[in-house]
Amino acid sequence: MNWPDLIILPIVLPLMTGALLVLVERKSARLPGWLAAASSLAGLVVALLLLERALTGNVQAYLLGNWAAPFGIALALDRLSALMVLLTSVIACITLLYASGGDAQRGRHFYSLLQFQLMGLNGAFLTADLFNLFVFFEVLLIASYGLLLHGAGAARLKASIHYVSFNLAGSALFLIAASLLYGLTGTLNLADLAQRVPLVTPDRTLLVQSAALLLVVVFSVKAALLPLYFWLPATYSAASAPVAALFAIMTKVGVYAILRVTTLIFGETGGPAAFVTSPWLEFLALGTLLLGAVGAVAAKSLRVMIGNVVVASAGTLLLAVALGRPDTVSAGLFYLVNSTLVAAALFLLADCLRASRGSADDDFRSAGTSDVGHVAYAGNSHTLLGVLFFTFAVGAAGLPPMAGFLGKTMLLQAAGQTVWAGWIVAVLLTSSLLMMIAFAQSGSALFWKPAASSADGLATDAIPPASPTDRSSIPALPCHAAHPASLALLLALLVACAVFAGPLSRFTQATSAQLFERQAYIGAVLGASAVPAAIDVRREMRERKKRAIGETKP
Amino acid sequence: MTALLVSIALGVLASSGIYLMLRPRTFDVVLGLTLLSYAVNLFIFFMGRLKVNAAAIVDGQGAATLARYADPLPQALVLTAIVISFAMTAVLLVIALRARAETGSDHVDGTDITVNQKPPQ
Repeated sequence: MNWPDLIILPIVLPLMTGALLVLVERKSARLPGWLAAASSLAGLVVALLLLERALTGNVQAYLLGNWAAPFGIALALDRLSALMVLLTSVIACITLLYASGGDAQRGRHFYSLLQFQLMGLNGAFLTADLFNLFVFFEVLLIASYGLLLHGAGAARLKASIHYVSFNLAGSALFLIAASLLYGLTGTLNLADLAQRVPLVTPDRTLLVQSAALLLVVVFSVKAALLPLYFWLPATYSAASAPVAALFAIMTKVGVYAILRVTTLIFGETGGPAAFVTSPWLEFLALGTLLLGAVGAVAAKSLRVMIGNVVVASAGTLLLAVALGRPDTVSAGLFYLVNSTLVAAALFLLADCLRASRGSADDDFRSAGTSDVGHVAYAGNSHTLLGVLFFTFAVGAAGLPPMAGFLGKTMLLQAAGQTVWAGWIVAVLLTSSLLMMIAFAQSGSALFWKPAASSADGLATDAIPPASPTDRSSIPALPCHAAHPASLALLLALLVACAVFAGPLSRFTQATSAQLFERQAYIGAVLGASAVPAAIDVRREMRERKKRAIGETKP
Repeated sequence: MTALLVSIALGVLASSGIYLMLRPRTFDVVLGLTLLSYAVNLFIFFMGRLKVNAAAIVDGQGAATLARYADPLPQALVLTAIVISFAMTAVLLVIALRARAETGSDHVDGTDITVNQKPPQ
């Protein structure tokens, strides 16, 4: 595939589909679902084609509107972008499959909001312009506000107010940081910034440093770094299951953005802003990891616990990024793929589990006798859910044989050569132990305590609808064929991650090596030449003007 | 002198915004975010440097340098930022109203501790 416009397709395709879905939604009940599925599958194919293109090792730039790089907005595709776009597409397809089991019909515009969210995510991963990154952040946030509220309910509204105002304040800081960098360097293109930030005069060192740190703070809001993550468990546990699964990729946007700016702009060659995040980011990432694990142990319901597991995995990723060495970044990227899939799987599983427990919901208490009537997954399927939970828990806590273990081991190996070695080993192992305890606690509370009441062998297909409970959260939907199918897909992907760990880790090594080769990225973005247009309007206008002047002169 | 005046104005806007954002009522938070976004928009605008009597559009008379013209890029950026922050304020207001209707309180946490506190029985 040599079609140059392919790079913009992950942004344009969801945008067009989303707009079309708004029109179609009222006309037909079934069409929107199929349309969204077709678009997401097409997005998956595009992501695979982009990955194939990125595997060549060349960074490819795409000039929007045919404007040369520092003046117009450029998109850039390297291995990291391709990996993130592919991961987004995979999660989107699985989310869509799960949502087709009934969750999509609980409110309006689910499919179109999902498409707009995809557009924002893909755009943020592909853009090579700081202000454009802000715009795509806003696109994905606006869609996420809508998705979070999907299905409404008091709990979601309460979480929404915190989430929206927190992110609005974050956006304000993003604008301050971006415009400050523009005021200091006169450019917003990431590649151009990488060249110009080192040239800032020494009397402005403090200004550059504060702009850089403000930028990292904003990304940390999304990535859930220590003092800024308290919104996350409440928000993710309030969202409906497919939305929460999709949000698993949202924390990764923050991690991606931090990785991009710290390797490209504020890295070794950052001049006055070189290694500006050190040692704060390392320290805070360790704190995030530890507190996330403690939060997981302390949680009283499954979804809050998973939210805290997401925080802990974000801490691990940020630690890998903060250490800023090719081997730590490679280990972090390997862990990123696994932790995203496992978080999505856990959120979906929690929803299936809630459906089987009636009013006990996902709280860590045994389902009371009055709930036996609601047991939808009696007998064998309850055991099946338990086995799935165990597998995902092993993956999330980082135990062998799942890929999470390999990611953590690689990180430990790589971190052993840094000055933080002792701290990292201690915190990483302690947090893994804490998460193991949390999963063991919750697993025994959820699966073993109600076993006595649900062992009477109710037929699985005779599922009574889950009755609305008095809790503020919305009851889960009864089991649908799409639910186990999406869980099976995620399980297959996780197993594939572990089985094909060799090729995957070689890929992440190549990815991180490419990230530290800054000149390739800078050269590709700034060196991209505009496509010669079939009709050059500007030259035609110039010639017409000349002719007009020539006619009036004599 | 102009720079000092502008900085003071920005500081007052931003600090009032932050103070209001930390208040417990949703309406105060919305107002605070609005003030903060005003401050940010002005900040973006001023990052193109303060310049009096200079157009942002090149009129073809004289060299097109920043010595003669105002920087047009921050003006384009600020338009985007204004539109986004305006839309976001509207979204937040809708959510706040909806939360007020559902929970019966305009406290950001959905419950008003001072009102709901009952003496232990």
